[in-house]
Amino acid sequence: MTTLDPITLAVLKGRLEQIADEMDATLYRSAFNPTIAEARDACHGIYHATTGDTLVQGQGGLPIFVGAMAFAVRAVIAKVEKDGGLEEGDTFIFNDPYDGGTHLNDFRLVRPVFRDGRVFCWIASVGHWLDIGGNVAGGYNPKAVESFQEGMRIPPVKLIAAGRMNHDILGIIEANSRVPMSNWGDLNGQLNALDLGERRLRALLDDYGDTTVSDAFEAFSDRAETLMRAAIASLPDGVYSFEDVLDNDGIVDEPLTVALDVTIAGDTLTLDFTRSSGACKGPINISRSTTIAACYVALKHVFTEVPANAGCLRPISFAIIDGSLLAAGPPKPVAGYTETILRLIGVVLGALAKADPSRATAAPFGTINALSIAGHRKDNSRFVMFSFFGGGLGGNPATDGLNHANNPISTATIPPVEILEAAYPVMFTQWALRPDSAGAGTHRGGVGAVYEVELLADADVALLGERGKAAPFGVAGGGSAALNRFTWQTADGEAGPPMVSKITDLHLKAGKRVRLETPGGGGWGPPEARPVAAVAHDVALGFVSHAQAREVYKVAVAADGAVDDAATRELRAGGAA
Amino acid sequence: MSKLGTIVGVDVGGTFTDLFYFDEAKRSFRTNKVPSNRGDEAVGFLEGLQGFGAVSHLTSIVHGTTVGTNALLERKGARIGLITTRGFRDVLEMRRRDRRNTWGLWGDFIPVVERDMRAEVDERVLSDGTIRTALDVAQVTATARELLAKGAQALAIVFVNAFANPDNERRALEAVQAIWPNDNVACSSQILPEIREFERTSTTALNAYLQPVVGSYLQKLQNALAGEAFDGRFHIVQSNGGVMSTDAARRFPIRTALSGPAAGVIAAAEIAKAAGFPNVITGDLGGTSFDVSLVVDGATSLAAQTTIDFGLVVRTPMIEITTIGAGGGSIAHVDAGGLLQVGPESAGSRPGPVCYGGGNERPTLTDANVVLGRINADRPIGGKLKALDVEAAKRAIARHVGEPLGLGTMEAAEAIVRIADSKMAGAIRLMSIERGHDPARFAAVPFGGGGALHVSALIKDVGLKAALVPRYPGVTSALGCVIADIRHDQVQTLNMFVDGLDIAALTRWMQSEAEHAQGVVKDARLAVERIDTLFELDMHYVGQTHTIRATLPAEIRDGAIALTVEDVRKAFETAYQKSFSRLLPGVPIKIVNLRTAAIGVRPRFDLATLAPDAGADLVKARLGSRDVWFDGRWWTTAIYARLDLPVGSDIAGPAILEQPDATTVIAPGFKARVDQFGNVIVERI
Repeated sequence: MTTLDPITLAVLKGRLEQIADEMDATLYRSAFNPTIAEARDACHGIYHATTGDTLVQGQGGLPIFVGAMAFAVRAVIAKVEKDGGLEEGDTFIFNDPYDGGTHLNDFRLVRPVFRDGRVFCWIASVGHWLDIGGNVAGGYNPKAVESFQEGMRIPPVKLIAAGRMNHDILGIIEANSRVPMSNWGDLNGQLNALDLGERRLRALLDDYGDTTVSDAFEAFSDRAETLMRAAIASLPDGVYSFEDVLDNDGIVDEPLTVALDVTIAGDTLTLDFTRSSGACKGPINISRSTTIAACYVALKHVFTEVPANAGCLRPISFAIIDGSLLAAGPPKPVAGYTETILRLIGVVLGALAKADPSRATAAPFGTINALSIAGHRKDNSRFVMFSFFGGGLGGNPATDGLNHANNPISTATIPPVEILEAAYPVMFTQWALRPDSAGAGTHRGGVGAVYEVELLADADVALLGERGKAAPFGVAGGGSAALNRFTWQTADGEAGPPMVSKITDLHLKAGKRVRLETPGGGGWGPPEARPVAAVAHDVALGFVSHAQAREVYKVAVAADGAVDDAATRELRAGGAA
Repeated sequence: MSKLGTIVGVDVGGTFTDLFYFDEAKRSFRTNKVPSNRGDEAVGFLEGLQGFGAVSHLTSIVHGTTVGTNALLERKGARIGLITTRGFRDVLEMRRRDRRNTWGLWGDFIPVVERDMRAEVDERVLSDGTIRTALDVAQVTATARELLAKGAQALAIVFVNAFANPDNERRALEAVQAIWPNDNVACSSQILPEIREFERTSTTALNAYLQPVVGSYLQKLQNALAGEAFDGRFHIVQSNGGVMSTDAARRFPIRTALSGPAAGVIAAAEIAKAAGFPNVITGDLGGTSFDVSLVVDGATSLAAQTTIDFGLVVRTPMIEITTIGAGGGSIAHVDAGGLLQVGPESAGSRPGPVCYGGGNERPTLTDANVVLGRINADRPIGGKLKALDVEAAKRAIARHVGEPLGLGTMEAAEAIVRIADSKMAGAIRLMSIERGHDPARFAAVPFGGGGALHVSALIKDVGLKAALVPRYPGVTSALGCVIADIRHDQVQTLNMFVDGLDIAALTRWMQSEAEHAQGVVKDARLAVERIDTLFELDMHYVGQTHTIRATLPAEIRDGAIALTVEDVRKAFETAYQKSFSRLLPGVPIKIVNLRTAAIGVRPRFDLATLAPDAGADLVKARLGSRDVWFDGRWWTTAIYARLDLPVGSDIAGPAILEQPDATTVIAPGFKARVDQFGNVIVERI
């Protein structure tokens, strides 16, 4: 390998990331379903010809996909090794969660880029499609016990062979969805993105030469590895353990444990999950590749300076038991994989907080709350409104947690109310921040949200969420956040799901409302060390109630908002006041 | 249309106020530069104008300002109140659920209107415009009174789905104005009648946040001008690079957010294009910041939406500009970790760099340039000071940088410049390389007081083809004020289907939007050759949420617009195919927004006006030489009077070209030539 001068390297890094970014942007702009177009539940990149390793990633891709895509490309490489017959102009499609996928909604398109008759690299696109069959519109079936109830599973197959579209496959996909037009639009968007990526990449290779570009790929990975090793080496050697639980799997109402023992030894890191629960009956299992991808996301949030490519995984080893909750195989249901990876990311943050208090981040709200509202419009056309919701991030040494943010696995923006109301027969009656939802702390967590929506047509409602029983934790003496809460209007009041945040088969009439209240983030540092003025300000804004101010923060705020200094002094001195 | 007169462009920056005076009849110009007075800009403003004689003789003044940008960045806008739909008061704070960075979970956000100043009223409009809950006017009145009692200096009214039916908002606006007859109250359908409540709320709230600040600023200037018996036109440059009336600026101060920088980009693009450099990166190095913008094939890039800072989203068309905190006044210091930092803290114009003798004792980038001999201490820019205090600058650099780092004073001064150079290079890379442009095809166009000092380093660090230093780099923004067209942009959400399109309804909308936009341009009452009207439709296939912008081939002829449904469909398909490889035949197409721009095309400014006299002579332009520090040693360096250089001059570095408003440094290994317009082109030897 030749040594590239730093300017060329910088230019290539910029141009290659630009290609991935443009692929992302192309899909966002041409996708049909808001989960891609607005929530950006998609990702694009460039991958190694033989290993499938991530070489280049866009800045905008969904973080969890950034970690997971290499496994998707590997699945296609394995398929080609088995069956042969790879040709220029091929494009593979699949959604198999056990073979390089995440859950069935995530459709991957993988295409080889040939140079001089050989695969130079792969480009790939993943996007979350609205509906692919299964018992519940939108795919998040909280009652699934096998993936067959979650929708159609497609192993890696050639959608395009040597440039010719296989319409038979399109026909099968079309026949298995409630919203074939939406899927068709998204598929075209993904193909647009691949076309553009291939065109741009070929132009770049023509400009710089294949050797220079492949040398640059290697240099990027080496740099990421070096930076990751330096980051790990900055932590004190030792074993740090942390665990948290999931409420239940939607079928059996028992908590499931995600337990981690981190070993830091010099510049290497071992993540040992062997103390975690076995596979569960309901849909919150995840595959091994998803577990690794989630760890990558957590580490990237802590070590932000390390670039996003495969090099950064080199110093890290994993211990995960096959067939467990974190390495499930077919046909274990996986639709709710997001909940499990969020708990897993929290656990990594919790363990690293012990290793390095200066980087300690309290738990983010930790549930995506996949809500599906489906039915028919007045003109009898079918609609599926499918959305994820926000909550608070954790307090940390620098700041309070961010109010109403997205989860660490995502950079998704939430669709605007006005876009949702223009597209579906719903009317939101509340879209607000949720008082007392944040974990208390010297730096409190960010507050969660309240979303209340009135149905303007009869609809089937399903929710797959978490944190209804085990709240997002605080660190360094900070408190836990509020629990997730989901309710709907009944004839004589309100009701909630027996499985707390998971329900399906809920049929509601037009005019009824459903209400989702999401957790904030955990707090950082003892609440009684929060400056009195900051507590009083939170009370004035309605983020903290008078009761929480008094009982948790030990600050006495009068009804008019004034701080009672004497009472506060006594409270903070440990008196009952 | 109007008669020729005298026009002055005034760019008030953080450190200096630059002016460009143009006599349209005589085709002659003059420039001026005076220190800005932060907080009382009118003083410098008037002083600068008086440099051209009696202010009352001027026909027109066009102003580029950063007062709006500064208020946003420093969070120094007014205390404002927000009145919104029941259930939605937190939209502004909830944003679109984003976070500061893709990677990393720290950081919080405080909106410009805190929660206790955001109030809800009963009302509801559905997405098709149906009024589900009528407005309770009494409630609005009571709510407005409460917010005013809490100290609101401006009020913003934003109701959900107001883009589809503004009736409730308009009634609320009337109710508020009935008890508070004031210009500082606006509703979202006046500011941005476009779907997406957060973007609309943010733009409307930030507009209100700026109104009192920008309003009182403009009033001060107008009073000062009135005091000088000025009775001409007074205009403001907008962020889209066009000019608007001060009345429009009072109503839409958010449109001035990038006013000053936009004017500079307009002028730099124009100058570079004429000089044969269609691809340039403009870099404005002022006292406190460095603003970078990209010009590709002669065209500035307009962004539909800009994020001023995390969560501060402005949705009005703006020239895309990236700003970093590095300017001549940026303070150099050694941080706790022993690293040398330059900026973002700045000494500004008051007290200014150490060498100004204004009381600042911490060294700045300008101090380093003075110590290195690059800036002539005996001929300071701006003309107020007789000489710069080199010894004081040396002492400050030695004490604050040299000693902590164990460097000699000269080495420390060079290190300060190197750090600043690399920060500027980084900003240029971000704009070019990281967007897939090859810097070798681009030239840098430095402007502002200090940019030309750094061109050699920028060419080297970024790998640029060349740099083009405009003949009057210090007044580029002021020149931009003089040559910018008048422009007014409007948007209206329509939500119409192309299948079965009521073309008459569409053209009626176009006509009324055009009339309004043209009216705003005409109201500006500035000389224009003609008014162009551009129509664009934001369209998509039904089911998509993002739109694509299709330019309509429509023209207004005899008060009517000839347009067919087929024209609309074709415009969409052409635009769609250009962006994406596949059309989706059979999927219905929808028109989301109508965008209308009226552009009052100003008489062309002949850049040859700026060219050097035919009698200029290279030998006569030579002022002598002095020692200047480059790469660790002193070099005997030729000094030239830049403005006296004839067309075609070739000068090898090291050399320094001096002029009243800027200094161009040609480092060893670089050369400079003067083109037909008097621009200096710097290249590697």
